[in-house]
Amino acid sequence: MPVDLTTSYLGLELRNPLIASASPLSNTIAGVRQLAAAGVGAIVLYSLFEEQVRQEAAENAARAEAGTESFAESLSYFPAAADADADPGPRRYLSLLERAAAAVDIPVIASLNAVTAGGWTGYAAALEQAGAAAIELNIYHPLGEPLLTGRDVEQRHIDIVTSVKAAVGVPVAVKLHPYFSSIAEMAQRLDEAGADGLVLFNRFLQPDIDAETLTVSAGFGLSSPAEARLPRAWIALLSGRVRASLAATTGVDDAGDVARYLLAGADAVMTASALLRRGPMYAGALLDGLAGWMSRKGFGTLAQVRGLLAMPAGADGSARERAGYVTALRAANVGNGQW
Amino acid sequence: MRATVDGNEAAVSVAYRLNEVCCIFPITPSSPMAELADEWSSRKRPNLWGTVPTVVEMQSEGGAAGALHGALQGGALATTFTASQGLLLMIPNMYKIAGELTSAVMHVAARSVAAQGLSIFGDHSDVMAVRQTGFALLASASVQEAHDLALVAQAATLATRVPFVHFFDGFRTSHELNTIDMLADDDLRALVPTELIRAHRARSMSPDQPFIRGTSQNPDTYFQGRETVNRFYAPVPDEVQQAMDALAARTGRAYRIVEYAGHPDADRVIVSMGSAAQTVAETVRHLCARGERVGAVHVRLFRPFPAEALLAAIPPTAARIAVLDRTKEPGSAGEPLFLDVTAALADAVTGGERDLLPLVCGGRYGLSSKELTPAMVAGIFAELGRERPRRRFTIGITDDVSGTSLPYEPSLDIEPAGTVRAVFFGLGSDGTVGANKNTIKILAAEAGMHAQGYFVYDSKKSGSQTVSHLRFGPQEIRAPYLIEQASFVGCHHGGILESIDVLGRAAPGATLLLNSAEPADQVWDALPRPVQEKIIAKGIALWAVNASQIAREAGLAGRINTVLQTCFFAISGVLPRDEAIASIKSAISSTYARRGADVVRRNHAAVDHALAGLHQIEVPGQVTSARMPPPAIPAHAPEFVRTVTGAMLAGRGDELPVSVLPADGTYPSGTAAYEKRNISDLVAEWDPQMCIQCGNCSFVCPHSVIRSTYYDESLLSGAPPTFRSAPLDARGLPDTMFTLQVYAEDCTGCELCVQACPVAAPGDPDRKAINLTDRTAVVEAERQNVAFFETLPVADRSRVDFGTVRGTQFLQPLFEFSGACAGCGETPYLKLLSQLFGDRLLIANATGCSSIYGGNLPTTPWTTNAEGRGPAWSNSLFEDNAEFGLGLRLAADQHGNLARERLTQLGEHIGAGLVNELLTAPQSREAELRSQRERVQELKRRLGDLQDLGQPVADLRSVVDHLVRRSVWLVGGDGWAYDIGSGGLDHVLSTGRDVNVLVLDTEVYSNTGGQSSKATPLGAIAKFAAAGKTMPKKDLALQAIAYGYVYVARVAMGADPQQTLRAFREAEAYDGPSLIIAYSHCIAHGIDMRDGLGQQYRAVASGYWPLIRYDPVLRTAGQNPFLLDSPRPRISLASYRRGELRFRSLANSDPQEFERLGLLAQQAVDQRWDTYEEMASRAPATFPADARKAREET
Repeated sequence: MPVDLTTSYLGLELRNPLIASASPLSNTIAGVRQLAAAGVGAIVLYSLFEEQVRQEAAENAARAEAGTESFAESLSYFPAAADADADPGPRRYLSLLERAAAAVDIPVIASLNAVTAGGWTGYAAALEQAGAAAIELNIYHPLGEPLLTGRDVEQRHIDIVTSVKAAVGVPVAVKLHPYFSSIAEMAQRLDEAGADGLVLFNRFLQPDIDAETLTVSAGFGLSSPAEARLPRAWIALLSGRVRASLAATTGVDDAGDVARYLLAGADAVMTASALLRRGPMYAGALLDGLAGWMSRKGFGTLAQVRGLLAMPAGADGSARERAGYVTALRAANVGNGQW
Repeated sequence: MRATVDGNEAAVSVAYRLNEVCCIFPITPSSPMAELADEWSSRKRPNLWGTVPTVVEMQSEGGAAGALHGALQGGALATTFTASQGLLLMIPNMYKIAGELTSAVMHVAARSVAAQGLSIFGDHSDVMAVRQTGFALLASASVQEAHDLALVAQAATLATRVPFVHFFDGFRTSHELNTIDMLADDDLRALVPTELIRAHRARSMSPDQPFIRGTSQNPDTYFQGRETVNRFYAPVPDEVQQAMDALAARTGRAYRIVEYAGHPDADRVIVSMGSAAQTVAETVRHLCARGERVGAVHVRLFRPFPAEALLAAIPPTAARIAVLDRTKEPGSAGEPLFLDVTAALADAVTGGERDLLPLVCGGRYGLSSKELTPAMVAGIFAELGRERPRRRFTIGITDDVSGTSLPYEPSLDIEPAGTVRAVFFGLGSDGTVGANKNTIKILAAEAGMHAQGYFVYDSKKSGSQTVSHLRFGPQEIRAPYLIEQASFVGCHHGGILESIDVLGRAAPGATLLLNSAEPADQVWDALPRPVQEKIIAKGIALWAVNASQIAREAGLAGRINTVLQTCFFAISGVLPRDEAIASIKSAISSTYARRGADVVRRNHAAVDHALAGLHQIEVPGQVTSARMPPPAIPAHAPEFVRTVTGAMLAGRGDELPVSVLPADGTYPSGTAAYEKRNISDLVAEWDPQMCIQCGNCSFVCPHSVIRSTYYDESLLSGAPPTFRSAPLDARGLPDTMFTLQVYAEDCTGCELCVQACPVAAPGDPDRKAINLTDRTAVVEAERQNVAFFETLPVADRSRVDFGTVRGTQFLQPLFEFSGACAGCGETPYLKLLSQLFGDRLLIANATGCSSIYGGNLPTTPWTTNAEGRGPAWSNSLFEDNAEFGLGLRLAADQHGNLARERLTQLGEHIGAGLVNELLTAPQSREAELRSQRERVQELKRRLGDLQDLGQPVADLRSVVDHLVRRSVWLVGGDGWAYDIGSGGLDHVLSTGRDVNVLVLDTEVYSNTGGQSSKATPLGAIAKFAAAGKTMPKKDLALQAIAYGYVYVARVAMGADPQQTLRAFREAEAYDGPSLIIAYSHCIAHGIDMRDGLGQQYRAVASGYWPLIRYDPVLRTAGQNPFLLDSPRPRISLASYRRGELRFRSLANSDPQEFERLGLLAQQAVDQRWDTYEEMASRAPATFPADARKAREET
């Protein structure tokens, strides 16, 4: 039986719910084209980091200036343009975005991580200008601010969403981390602030310690399916309770993981790890697997699947029904591959 | 429109607009013209006719001239920019271009030609060497003229068909900033009629109207053919004058091809050309105002020689004439301008057109940018006024050998009172020059204000000092000479006071602004006694600011320029203070905007804090300091070094008389060791407890400041208390100690040693067995430690393990303390070369960075060992180094043969045993070489007893040292090996002779400031490849491997030092040509120089720089000669390139192109790796065999 995989995310019509999330795969146009050819419904480009842009500008300037005006034969070492271009701002990212948007017929979503108020709004406007179908705000506060209160952290999120929404016309999604005291409340506040979508959850770079070399190392690896449970639980809870679209990210490795997120209530499912591990063409396998499963289960459209196992509306107050949901969730989580 | 530009920009801004094709090659001081043309072309700036000129870099100036010739024959308007040796390489084509009556203008920043030594500075030696080619020569005397006459030359060449060299003085004009009026496009159009351009085009080669040009001619017609051009040359002076008049009609700036200024009835006249003509004219004005009858004749057109205009310009009353030439023609009757002026006058008198033949004297001045001051000009007039003036003279030097030099009274000051003169002493790294350029722009922007800036740089690339000369005032500034009487002196680094007479250029009553770390109340007492004396004697007002601290607090550590610029404006009062501050801030905003808001904010903060930290220091009536600055050269140095080198170091080289300088350019080795520069605040410090004695740190040290030795423990008894040592980590040597000594005063703090150290403290990866520490805290102790270290025995070369990195580091480097950039990627290879083979090394060094840090006076790094042996080093030219080195080999072979022949001949007298050993003993291992040296010593002793045998013995004694095998190395950069010297290198490799080639591959012309070469990789930006290089790097290794009998290695010390060492030894041992291509990280890569070794590692790990060796000996032994020494690529090319601005920059300017070239570059790396892997696994017989006959014992 043919199945209809189309879905709506952030008000964008997607040909299917699989979104390639930010990863090195989308660093080049060739990579973007490959992802689109593999069948994904949309692409989120890697994040534009304001801090990185500024640091690079300073470093470029320092490099271009090193050794100049010292020796009569070599008063400079670079064409004047290299110095003049030392701070191109986000030019490189915008160029990629602009070309990516033109190169593929699926939505290309830009991801932004800024540090200043002006950075958030200015860069967001530039991203819109360059053709972003939507903007995903990659908000996190670094570990370096230990005295910031929880409420301040939350308010910072709200302020950013409010200001970016005021600055751009394209949809805005927020990729949030799972460490709020009350995620549901936070989600609802973001929803009220105008976020068009929530992406659950962001994974932080968490420094690791190497006991052998006695050094601190960058602790970052690809996600595993076990990590999907946390976002899935929250999506199941938020489904139907916020206006914003819900996107799941983390822990997608096979089509079953996609299906489970959809059943929990996700409008779209993002993956980077699976595509990095197995290559961009694996997106096709995920989609084939999803369609096969729907067909086997007799689902004709995604709407029939989405939120099927979300926490039912009105269940919030009822311990009994919540317990029932937990049972259902547990049921969905066992028997990997037996669906 | 007014603009403040230098002479190069002034000239090229016209040349670019008036041409379709620019054929270029970098050479100082003309390179900026080519760079700007390339930059504008890559930015698609159109010329006068709306098309974007094509700019093509060639492999040499010879190539540029050939391409120019072709472009002209193809009908294009074409030009080139060059100087010095470059112009000489163009001569053959210049004859052709002129012989074919081709309209073209070449723009030349005139520079010295290498003779007894190379000089990058300005004079007319180069342009005078092309006066016979048939090109017209038009000289500009100022920045404004370089702009205007560029147009006049173009107009005249199109009108006359005679090609032009338009030249101006290198550095003095090419690099002087001055306020000029710019020519509009309409001005250019008015002087360059399109019908003449079409006529030029119509004369081009075309298959549609075919003809033959460039025939071969015979005795019957060549001569007549040569005479056909006369009628084209005759009208040139008039045509040039007409173009000048047309320019004057449009702009009001009137020029004459020969211009007279001065008293209408002058009795004494000076004739000159180039920037000096301004000085002469200004001095004449000054002297005339004081009642003297003197005049100045300024020659702008030198070829075709405008005799008529010259005669018209010289007043008939002139009885005494001095003609000044800025060139030297040894053995001639006189220099060119003098001879031509003399001939014109004699012609006119003998032809009856003039009554009086004046006394004409010829003088030389200004070679290599030597100053010509108004005082000198007055001195010449004084000489002309004597009863019997010297007929040939020099001015500006003391010639105590031939007695040519004229005396003069140096204090004459003719500059207008309204001109403010300021001199700033800074370091290259502190931004002083950049700030002064901004100051000039700020002041020149004021209505009615003129500004001039000229900058003098150091002979070293690291820790260099700069002197900025700034003039500004309401009048046009016509003073092309350094400031002698400054009203303001800025000393931006306290250390400069200790080494240079900063106040020598201060006028009485001047202001001195000092960057001092001392509190205001201690500034005075901290000054050296001679400085205090001068301040009091000259009545100088002293101001001080702790600019370093203010800059540091503003987040601009080391960049003190903003603070000092602010203080300059505050004290000098050249602008109202508030206006000045606002202007500085606005200049900062525009200069630093591209560096981001943070940098702008920090600089603004520095401005705000500068004034609060500025203090006027009360100058007491008497000297309070007893402290004398340390001598530049220690007392134990040889006399030549103390007197001659020492004077150069103290900035008093101009005062040295002819008699003290070597007549043939031969200087003593090893003088760098006497100059303790102390240029870095941080220096290396050894931790004997952590050290594993691996030798890596000293192996990579670019400045040879880390030395190791081992010695008997008993020798430590007299050691200074801070002297460090550790038990030697080696079996079989009990009671033996090891010391790693840092020469702290010579250390540049580059940190490569720290990066190379494999040991890290547990839990503190930043703490190594060698670390950086504050110099001031250790320098005194280390000075004593070094002195003690030098009393310890040097390792016996015959006992050192040459096969390991560690072993080689017990060998004394015979290349030390060069002035290369801190952290240079080239010099570690040269140091290794000197350690391995230094005592029998002959080096031919191509012009480039290595010839500059290797041979730029005052002090040089190639040195000798305790036996007095060491590398013999010479630099011939840029283009001929391979051939030059081959010549050294041929001479060594020839004299080796002669020695062996005489030895055989004298065998019975010398003793058969010794002779046989001398002829047949192997000389590959160090112990064998030592033995041979002992045999030669014995031979010399025996020959001393055989002098009665006459000629054969004398012969043998003259070449006896050749019995020890000499190691001939041809050293140079990629500009030489891949480009200008490529043909010669290829040929020398093809000869099969035993030469060793070391290519220090920085992938760019580093010495001239980062222009692209054929070694520049795909996707890198460089000057002349501002839009990113779209051609891949040439695989020089594969080219050489194709011969089959060339030993080839590609090495990268930072990736595999052991492989580097192996390659050096194999190359040297190989009896045939060897080529080593050494990855040399470079400041022109735009890297953090501290991470140079890391980038080398990544270059190899990414497969970009595969380590290979091709050893023909293996092929002969039946093995595969191609060895791939590095492992398969394990990181992406992008992760190597990320660390370098040369690649990153394209991502900023053209992300799409960056991406495209990045993918192609990765593909190229993959493909080449496959090729190499395939070669490494081939059967030996698939490689060509060495067809040379077994070499005789020659």
